[in-house]
Amino acid sequence: MSVLVLAEIDANGVVPQTRNAVTAALAINNDVHILVAGSDCAGQAGAAAKIAGVSKVLKADDAAYANGLAENVAELIKSVATSYSHVLVGATSFGKNVMPRAAALLDVQQISEITDVVDAETFVRPIYAGNALATVKSSDAVKIITVRATAFDPAAAEGGSAQIEDLASAGETGLSSFNGRELTKTERPELTQAGIIVSGGRGMGSGENFAILEELADKLGAAVGASRAAVDAGFVPNDYQVGQTGKVVAPELYIAVGISGAIQHLAGMKDSKVIVAINKDEEAPIFAVADYGLVGDLFKAVPELTSEIETRKSAR
Amino acid sequence: MKVLVPVKRVIDYNVKIRVKPDGSGVETQNVKMSMNPFDEISIEEAVRMKEAGVAEEVIAVSIGPQQAQETIRTALAMGADRGILVKTDANLEPLAVAKCLKALADKEQPEMIIVGKQAIDDDSNQTGQMTAALLGWAQATFASVVKIEDGSAQVTREVDGGLETITVKLPAVVTSDLRLNEPRYASLPNIMKAKKKPIDETSPADLGVDETPRLAVLTVAEPPKREGGAKVEDVAQLVDKLMNEAKVI
Repeated sequence: MSVLVLAEIDANGVVPQTRNAVTAALAINNDVHILVAGSDCAGQAGAAAKIAGVSKVLKADDAAYANGLAENVAELIKSVATSYSHVLVGATSFGKNVMPRAAALLDVQQISEITDVVDAETFVRPIYAGNALATVKSSDAVKIITVRATAFDPAAAEGGSAQIEDLASAGETGLSSFNGRELTKTERPELTQAGIIVSGGRGMGSGENFAILEELADKLGAAVGASRAAVDAGFVPNDYQVGQTGKVVAPELYIAVGISGAIQHLAGMKDSKVIVAINKDEEAPIFAVADYGLVGDLFKAVPELTSEIETRKSAR
Repeated sequence: MKVLVPVKRVIDYNVKIRVKPDGSGVETQNVKMSMNPFDEISIEEAVRMKEAGVAEEVIAVSIGPQQAQETIRTALAMGADRGILVKTDANLEPLAVAKCLKALADKEQPEMIIVGKQAIDDDSNQTGQMTAALLGWAQATFASVVKIEDGSAQVTREVDGGLETITVKLPAVVTSDLRLNEPRYASLPNIMKAKKKPIDETSPADLGVDETPRLAVLTVAEPPKREGGAKVEDVAQLVDKLMNEAKVI
């Protein structure tokens, strides 16, 4: 039986985490189909068809799917899931919203945020903020899975030439309606896709002080993130949050500034390739996971770091 | 309206968990237990709805061992009116929990169920969505603002790129995100009062729910340890290392 991946789409095409889910799907079975649900989504279906390794695209084009409302999309998944051995989605806010609803409609116990495929029935998933890894074996007929993107490389966006098939809509449930979206405007890369992230914690003291992190980030072409403490304190919006209850990231370089390193924050960034910590408290737990720790006043160190990088880069 | 709030007893968020040496799970003996932080936010939201005259009754439900009663008492001390303990020594999966909540909702007829978006032990993030599916109700997950207006709720949701606003028909399931509110501390008089509030007891079997897990846990292991701890002297040395040793900038 084939494996189905539910695509997340936006106006620009297919959201990148979909391609990480395709890689996880290919680790289960090499016959992978993608479901694209949207309104006027021919463009997105075309983009999905080009993803390397995908053999078929199911396109459900209906106004009911215009904004990814869980009630409607879950019914659509239910209508096709029994023809598949597995249904996967990236563990984004979209995937986390829709997939458990579909699982319950199918009487299936979902496996959340897998980080490894052992075999077609057995998967590894982090629990307790990543402080333990559980290997679980599912006895359900259809496996419903969300995929942690940082654990799987994305499948190539180009190279495939899957056929596109129309799928009948499962209709409008009428339970919910979409009013609007207020997206954080930024010229910087998206947190989960960034190669470098500069994050601030409670030590930043205020939202205004994040300006020094933004300067550093812009120098490095980095995204700006934050700890839960900084979000709790109202310094920055919640979509900046890195951690167990925010985003999970694994960039090449993660610079933690004024972040003590609570368990819940480490859960979101400890798989980064290189970690830098800047904190005035020498005992802060963040130093235990940092490759390079700098003990000192961040308000002095960060601007110094920005100008040092600028000097060295222009000298190259 | 009546609001139902499930509260889960979990290892306290400040405790550094220990994986059992035999790989069978995580050590829960002699470990401090507390209410799942997101469930505190849910209780707070329900109590605020009552204080605003939007809700008439707040019912706290916990599914777990006898000790889960303490978690219900905490909810009662925060302002919930009564409790229901669904007693079981099994570690129920989200699907089975959702089935218990559906059975209770069929009986109690609440107009809203407010569920924490995830529990900090198994990090599943499923129970609210599953409960909504089984009841055929609307769902508003990851909520940061909830406004009730004639027969529906307008909910602001925390999504990956920012915020999204939806309207859901009532009855509905809402799952609470971090910024929905700041939960209160229970005052001593309220803790005393909570001792007199009623807690009913039932069980998954009484509710017609099969406890059999669908996922067999084969092993629980510690993640690979990260080798950190190295320090640099100053900013110049840091930049040097990042450029020439790690080669990441």
